[in-house]
Amino acid sequence: MAKTIIPIGPFHPLQEEPEYFSLTVEGETVVDVDVELGYNHRGIEKLSESKTYDQVPFVVERICGICSTSHPYAYVKAVEDISGCTIPERAEYIRTIIAEGERIHSHLLWLGLAGHFLGYNTVYMWVWKLREEILDVMEILSGNRNNYAMFKPGGVRRDIREEDIPFVIKKIDSIVKTLDMLKKAILDDPVLHARLKGIGILKREDAIDYSALGPTSRASGVAKDVRKDAPYGAYDKVEWKMIVTEKGDVFDKVVVRVLEVFESISIMKSCLLSLPKGPIDANLADIVPGEGIGVHEAPRGETFHYVRSDGSNRPTRHKVRAPTFMNLPTCKSTVIGAAIADAAIILASIDPCYCCTERLAVCRIDGKRMMNGGELIRLSVEKTEKLKKEMGRR
Amino acid sequence: MTREEIVTTLKSRYSGQIIDFLDKSKSRIYMEIKPESLRTIAAYVFKELEARFNTASGVDNRFHIEILYHFTIDSINLLISFRVKVNRENPVIDSLTSVFKGADFIEREMHELLGIEFTGQPDKRRLLLSDQWPEGVHPLRSDYKEWDSDAIRDRGV
Repeated sequence: MAKTIIPIGPFHPLQEEPEYFSLTVEGETVVDVDVELGYNHRGIEKLSESKTYDQVPFVVERICGICSTSHPYAYVKAVEDISGCTIPERAEYIRTIIAEGERIHSHLLWLGLAGHFLGYNTVYMWVWKLREEILDVMEILSGNRNNYAMFKPGGVRRDIREEDIPFVIKKIDSIVKTLDMLKKAILDDPVLHARLKGIGILKREDAIDYSALGPTSRASGVAKDVRKDAPYGAYDKVEWKMIVTEKGDVFDKVVVRVLEVFESISIMKSCLLSLPKGPIDANLADIVPGEGIGVHEAPRGETFHYVRSDGSNRPTRHKVRAPTFMNLPTCKSTVIGAAIADAAIILASIDPCYCCTERLAVCRIDGKRMMNGGELIRLSVEKTEKLKKEMGRR
Repeated sequence: MTREEIVTTLKSRYSGQIIDFLDKSKSRIYMEIKPESLRTIAAYVFKELEARFNTASGVDNRFHIEILYHFTIDSINLLISFRVKVNRENPVIDSLTSVFKGADFIEREMHELLGIEFTGQPDKRRLLLSDQWPEGVHPLRSDYKEWDSDAIRDRGV
């Protein structure tokens, strides 16, 4: 039988970011895979050398629409590592709250997309509807759905108002209820068991060899999480547990992410309830010459930033390592030997970073909401009808 | 092994190879080593000490090309950075892909962005830069100059 090459990407409905996978198949079995990157290379490390220390968080925030807190978090930790300053406790708690909110919405985003990849669009619609709720919470806390602009070297830019806390807690409690229902529906679904169990297995030794990170490695039994191993923020001050599973197949990766959402909600809630009072900014003085490393456990794994300073107001070198950079090469050990029909979900199971910045504007006049969900649907139907008519006339 | 044991073991085991040692803080160690001993030390740290390879970062400091190989020993929260300095005109260093597979992508990235040659790296293809990018132009070098005057740039809004 002849070998055939099946290209996925660089622009493909299933890969919403440009990335090129070339699958060599024999019959229906994948026998080789090659990844081509660089369609989205924007030279941010170089750009960062021309920005001041306070401007860089805004640049790195835009590396990824989903990890918009992970990169600033790792960056400010690297700068604080150079200067050796301590951060006010309240700022540490606020950072933790924002980072966990991001993890919840990122995991839900992936879960929805995974359903979509499998052709199970009910999961996709459910989960993304639930994700909206957590984005509303983030909007209340930070003013933005994504790209929160909360981080600065030495603290945070925006305080959490005391009067918002009861509402946020009520909201995340209601999310837990829906999520519980979803968890049972997804993890007990016989169709998903049949579809996801035993495919795309990443063996423990391979996970170590590739230095895979985050849920990708924790699903393979590698119990490593920066939040536990090198505690920062408020992670050592609240109760939570690391989720580790053993099998390493796609289903285990789903389990890890779904259960991590519950942990994140509990971290967020305990932080909000025990939020200490005090300043939110350490007012960093000039950055001394030296070098620093900052790591943060992003939803996809450890984000790594290395910053070198020569004493001026800009970094002389800023290295960014996103978790997908380490997770992507594991496809060599997971996809090879799989059936072509499983390849899409296996490639997606590491949660390659997707950009998502759509947003819907709700207009308000005097604090009164002008349109609710039903009215927007009506508006959309009317618009479609109008367009139909116009097209018919032409 | 505790942090102190690891420090003394590394110092005694590779006494002739270590050029500089900086105990920066509780969880950060910087160690400058001779380039020829990189593979041995990396293999020891990765296999025996069960460290995780974070990444490597190349820096052009105008006199040398510095490469920092970052390893984390998660069980004791220790991040060790091995620094090697190579000749700026002809930067050559051993590839670590034979030791662990995780080094593949980052070596390809440093190869094109800083022009470092990795001996033993089987994959010399480009990872990030486009095919139109000229040979021998490395954007992260300190003397990099914009080479394409005709390029259509972002108009900037």
